[in-house]
Amino acid sequence: MYNAKYIIPAMIVFIALMLFPFFYGTGTHKYEVQVELPKDQKECIEAKEVMRERHMQILDEWRNAVVRDEVRIYTNAKGKKFSMSLTDTCMTCHAEKDKFCDRCHNDVGVNPYCWDCHNISPEQKTPIPPAAEAPAEGGGH
Amino acid sequence: MKSSRRQFMKLAAASALGLGAGKLAFMGDAPAFASDIPTAATFEHPLKAKHWGMVIDTTKFTKELVEKCAHACRKQHNVPVIEGKKEVKWFWGGTFEEAFPNQIPEYLSEDVEKREIPLLCNHCESPMCVRVCPTQATFQRADGIVMMDMHRCIGCRYCMAGCPFGARSFNFQNPRPFIKDEDFNPNYPTRTRGVVEKCTFCTELLAEGKMPACVEVSEGALTFGDLGDENSEIRHLLREKFTIRRKPDAGTKPSVYYII
Repeated sequence: MYNAKYIIPAMIVFIALMLFPFFYGTGTHKYEVQVELPKDQKECIEAKEVMRERHMQILDEWRNAVVRDEVRIYTNAKGKKFSMSLTDTCMTCHAEKDKFCDRCHNDVGVNPYCWDCHNISPEQKTPIPPAAEAPAEGGGH
Repeated sequence: MKSSRRQFMKLAAASALGLGAGKLAFMGDAPAFASDIPTAATFEHPLKAKHWGMVIDTTKFTKELVEKCAHACRKQHNVPVIEGKKEVKWFWGGTFEEAFPNQIPEYLSEDVEKREIPLLCNHCESPMCVRVCPTQATFQRADGIVMMDMHRCIGCRYCMAGCPFGARSFNFQNPRPFIKDEDFNPNYPTRTRGVVEKCTFCTELLAEGKMPACVEVSEGALTFGDLGDENSEIRHLLREKFTIRRKPDAGTKPSVYYII
């Protein structure tokens, strides 16, 4: 190799510089999302861990069940029954979308289009949601 | 002593008031106390049928009654009010000629000529819209209702080209600004730009065990029931009265019958 004595050290410096941000940040920041939980309810429809991992699948199953299969009642692991409705069931407890849903979604850069149609609260007074619109760009769904 | 006693009474009254207010506020927030939000119990006794159908007694209809039904429909389903080509129609009215263009006699009675005929999705037995939908966003339920799954609609508008009755409307724009605040129903979703919508025979009300919104306000001019049950009120009415369906030559076999 020609000019190895320049090229190899330069490559080492280059790679070190490229990887510097990854090493620099490791372990210094703990990733944490602060969501505001409903104050008057203790339990969600399923356990906290299940909801964290599977809420999107559950909502997907719900929308197919309600619209396509005419099933509207969800029975959870404990046998308690709920109406399969994002607005009526989820948003009744998690009344403030921007303090619960958005906290995580914004952080991880997902932009679910549920609220393009679904109302953010069963108490909502006007068709246009009062909260600020979700960021237009970034994220898919 | 006297003043401290008075102070004590004031304090007691104020704290009792505060406690009461606190409790009231809590009750207002708790979902268990809010009566109009549907819960699982709301859907325990749905209305079921082999094949839902409707008989429309056009002799009882006036422009006002058509508008009354249309308003009930708009209110139930957050249908936007838009004039012109971007209009969104679930329940609307037309003349006899518009409703039955290929069944119009050369000389039509004046009464029928001027009558306002209510129009809506016919929930056909062989729906053209279902056959052409590339994503099965429009599908036929086991009980005959032709239903829309907005989650799957890609807005291709094949169904609008397929439907012989013009019963489908495309959202060319965000419909939310065109929904009147006083007619807004927070328990039913709105639509978004780029999906097609139409009458659903109020599947969400049938699931609650209620009749469709237009039938409720129609003063008996609309009869909704099970076409598959020969003892039902609607079949009884069909046996008694002569009825016609819209555009029979399109071959879609509508489930909506008209008494002329």
